[in-house]
Amino acid sequence: MRATCWMGTRHIEVDHVPDPKILSAGDAIVKITSTAICGSDLHLYNGFIPSMKRGDVMGHEFMGEVVEVGKGVQNLRAGDRVVVPFPIACGHCSQCEREMYSLCENSNPNAWMAEKLWGYSPCGIYGYSHMLGGYAGGQAEYARVPFADVNPLKVPDSLDDEQVLFLSDIFPTGYMAAEACGIQPGDTIAVFGCGPVGQFAIKSAYMLGAERVIAIDRFPYRLRIARERAGADTINYEECDIFDALEEMTGGRGPDHCIDCVGLEGHAPGMHGAYDKMKTVMMLETDRPVALRQAILACRSGGTVSVAGVYGGFIDKFPMGAVVNRSLTIKSGQTHVQRYMRPLLKRIQNGEIDPRFVITHRMNLSDAAEGYDMFSNKEDDCLKIVMKP
Amino acid sequence: MAYNDFRVRSTEPLALALGWFSIVLGAVEIAAPSRLARLVGADDTESTRSTLRAFGAREIAAGIAILSQPDRARWLWSRVGGDALDLAWLGRAMTRESSETDRLGMAATAVAGVTALDVIAAQRLGREKQPSRRNDTAPVRVEQVVTINRSVEELYRFWRDFGNFPHFMRHIKHIEVLDNRRSHWTAKAPAGMSVHWDAEIVQDHEGEWIAWRSLPGSQVEHYGSVRFVAAPGARGTEVRVQMEYKPPAGRVGRVIAMLFGEEPEQQIREDLRRFKALMETGEIPLSDGPGLWRAAQPAKRAEQIRSYAGVSE
Repeated sequence: MRATCWMGTRHIEVDHVPDPKILSAGDAIVKITSTAICGSDLHLYNGFIPSMKRGDVMGHEFMGEVVEVGKGVQNLRAGDRVVVPFPIACGHCSQCEREMYSLCENSNPNAWMAEKLWGYSPCGIYGYSHMLGGYAGGQAEYARVPFADVNPLKVPDSLDDEQVLFLSDIFPTGYMAAEACGIQPGDTIAVFGCGPVGQFAIKSAYMLGAERVIAIDRFPYRLRIARERAGADTINYEECDIFDALEEMTGGRGPDHCIDCVGLEGHAPGMHGAYDKMKTVMMLETDRPVALRQAILACRSGGTVSVAGVYGGFIDKFPMGAVVNRSLTIKSGQTHVQRYMRPLLKRIQNGEIDPRFVITHRMNLSDAAEGYDMFSNKEDDCLKIVMKP
Repeated sequence: MAYNDFRVRSTEPLALALGWFSIVLGAVEIAAPSRLARLVGADDTESTRSTLRAFGAREIAAGIAILSQPDRARWLWSRVGGDALDLAWLGRAMTRESSETDRLGMAATAVAGVTALDVIAAQRLGREKQPSRRNDTAPVRVEQVVTINRSVEELYRFWRDFGNFPHFMRHIKHIEVLDNRRSHWTAKAPAGMSVHWDAEIVQDHEGEWIAWRSLPGSQVEHYGSVRFVAAPGARGTEVRVQMEYKPPAGRVGRVIAMLFGEEPEQQIREDLRRFKALMETGEIPLSDGPGLWRAAQPAKRAEQIRSYAGVSE
């Protein structure tokens, strides 16, 4: 089959690799009908996540048709149309029983690597480094889905692929980040980063009762989508100071809660951005937490800073003083997608949201390398790429 | 094995000191060759100065090599070679009439002293780097714990059947249960070989703990025990495993040492992780790219993945 392979930093190739096979009784094989490039794939593309190996199959946002199931699978059969959540969960460990699926204790066969970096290991993730399981990803024609009874969500034929594909990651990710804020009537939420997750965080914050969402980015086309399709007020941080603008827009209180949808490759103008850029280049820091620092400083005292953006390692100049002295709450986590798929599917069916609003590009899987390049460089007003094998 | 780590590191401080000595001496030789030449009693000529500068470059290179790999004997041997050159040069200088032989003699004595240290450090590092020697008789002793979301009784029952061990213990190929207490163990060894021994259960407290040991006269001396304790607040069961392998001297000992490699703790930890997955989910999750051995791509043959993962059906 054809698959999108990581061949090194900023080097993607679509190659022929063997078709996946059932390895365990609980596996299913899915013939992929739609797959997407995630913003977090760019961290792999740009070489920020350790333990990638040349030839690794990328992709953790995918859906398709079940073509084969292992002999232990009860809930699925060939022909079912499913969306596959990006965190692999076993469904039986203590964390899965608590619905903390991305903390599954059994799904990362390479847990020892993650333990070295993070103390304990989270779940395995498709196509997201060996440290997170070394699973072949879903930017391919087929994928093996472990624990198939627990993970894939069957979707009705009345909805097309593009309406449900993002249940695999970015819609639940934006939603969980907004939910973590515990939004009350009248709240103003600041969303840092208007990539696809940021857009869903804006929409979700409104769904959960926010009075106003202020979205922050530096690309006019992304701010335009946030304004026109997600209903946010916007700040271009290259044109003004984020802190001052947020203070001014919130009557001097600061936003009630802030959501970081940027992660470890943040940009900032001037010295602040240059500092982290230099430190990461010199390998003195692994992540560039510029958005996180700004979110902490800007947040109203007693508010929540919800972190949906991916961080991988260690950060510098973390403003802990602001967190302690202003009673801020920091919430984070890889998304427990399985917890949100069904309720969010219902919201799509009810017409509360049409997830297609983030799609800007559609292409064939064979053009994945171009897609990564375009998405990474924000060319051609690229926000979200959906690929068909 | 903390014991072996300690021995590996014991020569490193000396090696590091010699590395820094190289760099400082090299810097002086390059920066102030005239003063150094006068200090050791040699003629301060252009040829002396260029020789000392060349020696300085050599010292700095050796110093950097040692500091970056203080566990490699090779770099210390390169210093011994350098010492020989130094001594030869000092000897030649003594034959010149204009030289101060007293000072040259003192310099040669100092170099000879450093040479002795270099030889000692290089030899000791060389010995420590041969794992077969250091592991021959050192026992492999491991203790690991894991919490499993299953009842004490269920876990005890599965463990009590030693025939189940190969499902999650990667280094065990087969265990034949001979009777209620005794079992015959076959462990995997490199190059398709195997090691055998008989073991008996010496403690068996239902729902609490099991202990076993190899029978006297076995090729391998092995002890093991497992305890099951209910974790607080319905958090499952804490499973604590202790194991010890005492390899005999000689070839079999080396094979046993290789079974566990450099990190026996990690191996037993992985065994317990597989045990947990098996008990909680009924299967052991399989990566498409186990470890960092192969790319995360589907394998041509499914068995490849299973054998990498050490899983038997």
